[in-house]
Amino acid sequence: MSIPAGETQPALQLNRLTKRFGEKVAVDDLSLTVPVGSFYGLVGPNGAGKTTTLSMATGLLRPDAGQSLVHGVDMWHDPIKAKSLIGNLSDGVKLFDRLTGEQLVTYNGLLFGLERAEVAERVADLLKLLDLEEAAGTLVVDYSAGMTKKIALACALVHAPRLLVLDEPFESVDPVSAANIRDILTGYVQNGGTVIVSSHVMDLVQRMCDHVAVVAAGRVLVAGTVDEVRGSSTLEDRFVELVGGRTHAEGPEWLRR
Amino acid sequence: MVATLIALRFLVLRNSLRRSTWQLVATIIGALYGLAILGLAVVGLIFLGFAPVDLASTILILAGSALILGWILVPLVAFGIEQTLDPARLMVFPLPMNKLLVALTLAGVLGVPGIITSIATLATVATWLRSPAAAVAAVISGAVAVLICVVGSRTVAALSTSLSSKRRFRELSGILIFIPIILLGPLIAGLSQGIATSADALPGLARGLSWSPLGAAWSVPADVAIGDWGPAAAKFAIALATLALLVVVWRWSLGVALVTPPSSSAKRVAKGKTGLFGVLPATPAGAIAARSLTYWRRDPRYARQLIIVPLVPVLLWFYSNNIGSPVLFNLTGPLIAFFLALGIYADISYDGTAFAAHIADGVRGIDDRLGRVWALAIIAVPLVVLGTVVPVALTSSWSVLPLLFGLAAAALLGGFGVVSISSARIIIPVPQAGDNPFKSAPGAGFTTALSGFATWGVSLLLVLPATVLAVLSLVFDSALLGWLTLVVGVVLGTVFLVLGLRIGGAQLDRAAPDLLVRLKSQRSAA
Repeated sequence: MSIPAGETQPALQLNRLTKRFGEKVAVDDLSLTVPVGSFYGLVGPNGAGKTTTLSMATGLLRPDAGQSLVHGVDMWHDPIKAKSLIGNLSDGVKLFDRLTGEQLVTYNGLLFGLERAEVAERVADLLKLLDLEEAAGTLVVDYSAGMTKKIALACALVHAPRLLVLDEPFESVDPVSAANIRDILTGYVQNGGTVIVSSHVMDLVQRMCDHVAVVAAGRVLVAGTVDEVRGSSTLEDRFVELVGGRTHAEGPEWLRR
Repeated sequence: MVATLIALRFLVLRNSLRRSTWQLVATIIGALYGLAILGLAVVGLIFLGFAPVDLASTILILAGSALILGWILVPLVAFGIEQTLDPARLMVFPLPMNKLLVALTLAGVLGVPGIITSIATLATVATWLRSPAAAVAAVISGAVAVLICVVGSRTVAALSTSLSSKRRFRELSGILIFIPIILLGPLIAGLSQGIATSADALPGLARGLSWSPLGAAWSVPADVAIGDWGPAAAKFAIALATLALLVVVWRWSLGVALVTPPSSSAKRVAKGKTGLFGVLPATPAGAIAARSLTYWRRDPRYARQLIIVPLVPVLLWFYSNNIGSPVLFNLTGPLIAFFLALGIYADISYDGTAFAAHIADGVRGIDDRLGRVWALAIIAVPLVVLGTVVPVALTSSWSVLPLLFGLAAAALLGGFGVVSISSARIIIPVPQAGDNPFKSAPGAGFTTALSGFATWGVSLLLVLPATVLAVLSLVFDSALLGWLTLVVGVVLGTVFLVLGLRIGGAQLDRAAPDLLVRLKSQRSAA
């Protein structure tokens, strides 16, 4: 997974993406550049448009306007090539959960057109890496929420993508598994891969990512390296300062004991 | 509390209609259709008031029994059970069981089918105006009959839910146990038709039914009208006992369902066993075929489609016997082909948002189409061949075999072509994976029926050339035309299949993300 000499294109370039749902503008003229080899965090309050942005970037949602370039390949002009470069873990979609974990990862590998032997080898590696060997033969519907995230991550990794787009990958994952996943992602970045991850856990993003963009109301408020963005305070304080909306009420009378 | 729940039911209906104009249109069409049938029924019942008591009671008992049977069976085979007030969702509130039962029953009576049934039942009063006592009896026993309809359908729903809370029953076996229930109706009808060959049997059948749970409530006014007080009281008791029994069973199974959420008797296979993924070719289309086939086996929403397979030959055999000609029975293969092919007309709806994997993985539309049809073909082709050859062997009418294979090929291949296009366009509300397969998704019903009928219509049209040739072959007793049917069926069917795969594939390449948006909105509606 080394960077080809002369790679000048960013791993992901979003140009003026816009998406409306009826009256509501979910993503408003959003531009973002994710450099090759970066570990990029996308943070924002609920409803900021993170999932919508990532869906448009990965070809799951058609933008009203704007472009998504994956290593220079336009997602909406050459979707098959662009998608082959991306490993995608999306939030809020189901998996084919009547398959066993092993079948599900195999399925995704075959969908990307890999050879059967190649798929079998990679699936075995991934299950081991993500500590899912025990559960390989269990139906995904019987997995816990955390295991489901992990198997979805395996599905995203099976075709050795150059860019990983992960929407809320740490939600309901236990701390040990989260640490393991973090190690895997860090190793992936060190070997020349690029990761973009959305999260609301500021602390995690601050420790894990080297770049960060704060999104609110469908716009990028600030983007850059983590140190640039947070300045002298913590990322969380900086985030609250940017986004606002922190209240200090004690809640209504009847809810106090 | 009860009033709150009823209000909730109408609020959900109103909000779901607001979400989609088409659903509103479909509901209006459905309501008009229902009103037309209701009008006819009411007029008929008033005219029946001038008919002899014998005739009136025979017709009322037969129609009434069919109505109750319909309430219980139709949700199982066709539209699913409307569960706006899903008991599972009310579980978190501290509701006493009795209030819950009352609320669910009233919500059922106040639904569109419930209102239509109630008005039609009330119209039987007009039939019995000749005798004031019978008219009063008609009101009381009619109310019991309506309750039997509603509670009966809820009981079957709750039973199927509590059975399906065990994974074992949620798989194929869960579907199989419903086959005898579904066959019960035609079996009874067929047998009684077989016993007596003329219309004289109908009064006899009605007399028999009047002592059964299905007909008892409907025959009370008739007995009152001719002054048979004893039988009237006995039949009223039967009707009440039926209702009471249904309530008890409903209460029990609801109780079980509420404390046993869908459990996970986690089934496991050894690591390294990828099942069909290791058998079918390692291409995107092969993988999709393997996935679809795995779902046909593990997901009862698919397995449910297979109910049609035993149903067709049995029904056709009875009708063949009735008209004394094997022609209908011989049509088993082509009919199975027709129904099975259309079984996946909204396949992507069944995927739900899991379909996102196909989009994210950059699957070409044509591979998606090919894989799904491939899986269905692996199931359908052997069944259709069996369904074509076995009846011919049983009736030793080998001369029509080419013609039948021609029809079957036309129906199957043409149907594959149609569903390849329809499932790339039609997104209907369906039960989610793991839900009771017999439950109707919120806001389904008429939208589902409309898109379903449209697909059926197109498929029928495509089978037309082969059908015309087949009919001509039978009329002129021409073997040559029979063979021509085979050639036309296979050639035209293949053309339609290839066209369907290409058009459907191109449609997916163009608009798959838009399908995902619709799938997501279905999900949030659920």
